[in-house]
Amino acid sequence: MAEIQNYTMNFGPQHPAAHGVLRLVLEMDGETVMRVDPHVGLLHRATEKLAESKPFNQSIGYMDRLDYVSMMCNEHAYVRAIEQLLGIEPPPRAQYIRTMFDEITRVRNHLMWVGSNGLDLGAMTVFIYAFREREMCMDMYEAVSGARMHATYYRPGGVYRDLPDQMPVYQETQWTKGKDLKRKNEWREGTLLDFIEAFAKDLPSKIDEYETLLTDNRIWKQRTVGIGVVSPERALQHGFTGPMLRGSGVEWDLRKKQPYAMYDQMDFDIPVGVAGDCYDRYLVRIEEMRESAKIILQCVKWLKENPGHVMLKNFKVIPPTREEMKDDMEALIHHFKLFTEGYCVPEGETYAAVEAPKGEFGCYLLSDGANKPFRVHLRAPGFAHLASMDEITRGHMLADVPAMIGTFDLVFGEVDR
Amino acid sequence: MNPQEVSRDVVELFERQFGDRVTIVGATAGIPTVEVQPAHWLEVCRALRDEEAFSYEQLTDLCGVDYLGFGQDEWETEGATSGGFSRGVEGLGPGRFDWASRPESEHIEQRFAVVVHLISLRHNQRLRLRTFAQDEGMPVLPSLVDLWTAADWYEREAFDLFGIVFEGHPDLRRILTDYGFTGHPFRKDFPLVGNVTVRYDAQKKRVVYEPVEIEPRVLVPRVLRNDSRYKTDEIDLEADARAEDQASEAGS
Repeated sequence: MAEIQNYTMNFGPQHPAAHGVLRLVLEMDGETVMRVDPHVGLLHRATEKLAESKPFNQSIGYMDRLDYVSMMCNEHAYVRAIEQLLGIEPPPRAQYIRTMFDEITRVRNHLMWVGSNGLDLGAMTVFIYAFREREMCMDMYEAVSGARMHATYYRPGGVYRDLPDQMPVYQETQWTKGKDLKRKNEWREGTLLDFIEAFAKDLPSKIDEYETLLTDNRIWKQRTVGIGVVSPERALQHGFTGPMLRGSGVEWDLRKKQPYAMYDQMDFDIPVGVAGDCYDRYLVRIEEMRESAKIILQCVKWLKENPGHVMLKNFKVIPPTREEMKDDMEALIHHFKLFTEGYCVPEGETYAAVEAPKGEFGCYLLSDGANKPFRVHLRAPGFAHLASMDEITRGHMLADVPAMIGTFDLVFGEVDR
Repeated sequence: MNPQEVSRDVVELFERQFGDRVTIVGATAGIPTVEVQPAHWLEVCRALRDEEAFSYEQLTDLCGVDYLGFGQDEWETEGATSGGFSRGVEGLGPGRFDWASRPESEHIEQRFAVVVHLISLRHNQRLRLRTFAQDEGMPVLPSLVDLWTAADWYEREAFDLFGIVFEGHPDLRRILTDYGFTGHPFRKDFPLVGNVTVRYDAQKKRVVYEPVEIEPRVLVPRVLRNDSRYKTDEIDLEADARAEDQASEAGS
């Protein structure tokens, strides 16, 4: 009988289940994976080096393009690092807006995740359902920043502008009119906050819909239960954070343990898994969306009651408004200096982390006192997660590889930076 | 730097455990920065992981830093400005040179460093460690993979981008750059525009590598200002308080 040898198989970088540009070199024994060697870096854009070459504020937009499914959370980490070195603290209204948008971002990210992971494992319907709600999160981004994805909304010292008083409405078209138009604009009569409130109140019922499709679905459970089990000890060793760590039963969430923005004022729970497999991580993420809806409602309530300004008035760091600029010579000079030179950040180093939807997104910022960072290192959760791929996937079947890629919630913008 | 006071307990704890093998440099936002002598890198890290008083179970982040040009600016901010605007466009800082004209790196004592962020879930405490590689021509440091598995890819990244060699790493390959890449792109003497571009050649029917055609260009010169103008002083705080009052009046 001929000797049967392991063979090497190439997966990606152009593969629908690779979530971007992941190349895996798989060593197979029949259908069983013996070794995985992920090749990353196909989307490497040297974001950190680019950030070294321009003033601090000009790199905020790059942060959106790292994890391009949870944009504002990335901005939050970077902006917080700058604020820590400058020693400034945004006004409370800005902090509430950031908390609210961090949670909208989390919902948005998890909707994308539940949809695409479903698609990878053969559950087509949930993708369509999830994207229906995700569209509304995009509208919220658009209403507040003008961009549906890459918002560049958070700035050192606050957020770029206050929430709009009017939520944009759909116009009548050939295809959307009458009853359809009315239904689409049902929540959009009032302010952005009214829209967000209606969305957050309705979200749990929508999550029930996804759960009807997946949670007790026999095929879904066959594909996820007992797949990719990670023990709490190994999860810590691998540098897991976020739902990957909590799925293994470790109660750790920066929003609770090292609160930032207004999370210490919020009432919410941290869902934790038991088995540490793909199914538990799915349950954790679904529960997180429900908790996010709770936080969003608390923020909406506070924001409706407490108007105020959303940026500091420190002209050394924050540019003056157009009115102020045209009224006041000093404001004009500040404006000129800020847009030609930027602001200098005192010499020092800091590490600011936020609980991004995928895990801990951190920004290590080293400044030598210049108007540009000396070194920025972005700690992306996906990078640490993907590094564990070899150990966790070993011994699984080939069909479980997409399940693992899905459960890591990978986005190559942040892995490759 | 305005290092916040590191609490006495922390200083004492480190002194008792490590003596002069480590130096506490300061702290920002509650994270102490500790410099470790490279000869004791592994041993100190092992103690930080295993000793009850520290128990840093997780390595959050590891990255390389190239200190070439630290604290250098391109724009004279003091004295007369007889040079006019040219002083802003004739700098030699990062991003202003291409592959052919990249500077001969001057010799500096401590050029390459590795910065590690640890977290202890038990004590809810973070820690920043830094160690400088001895030889700038061939920076070598012991690998932390045996202590924290998470160090694996981070060390590959630091090797790829900075050329820091980690002794004892099981699989030290490039990770982020292209197959067959030359140089270590995050070093300060590596051009920002890169050295080769890649495109598909329709005639040759394959991907070809060519030298870059981008002109190096920097729009904003690097400026260092150590005067007090960026301090948040009381006047600013008062202005903030006034604006807050006005806004709440307008809202009510």
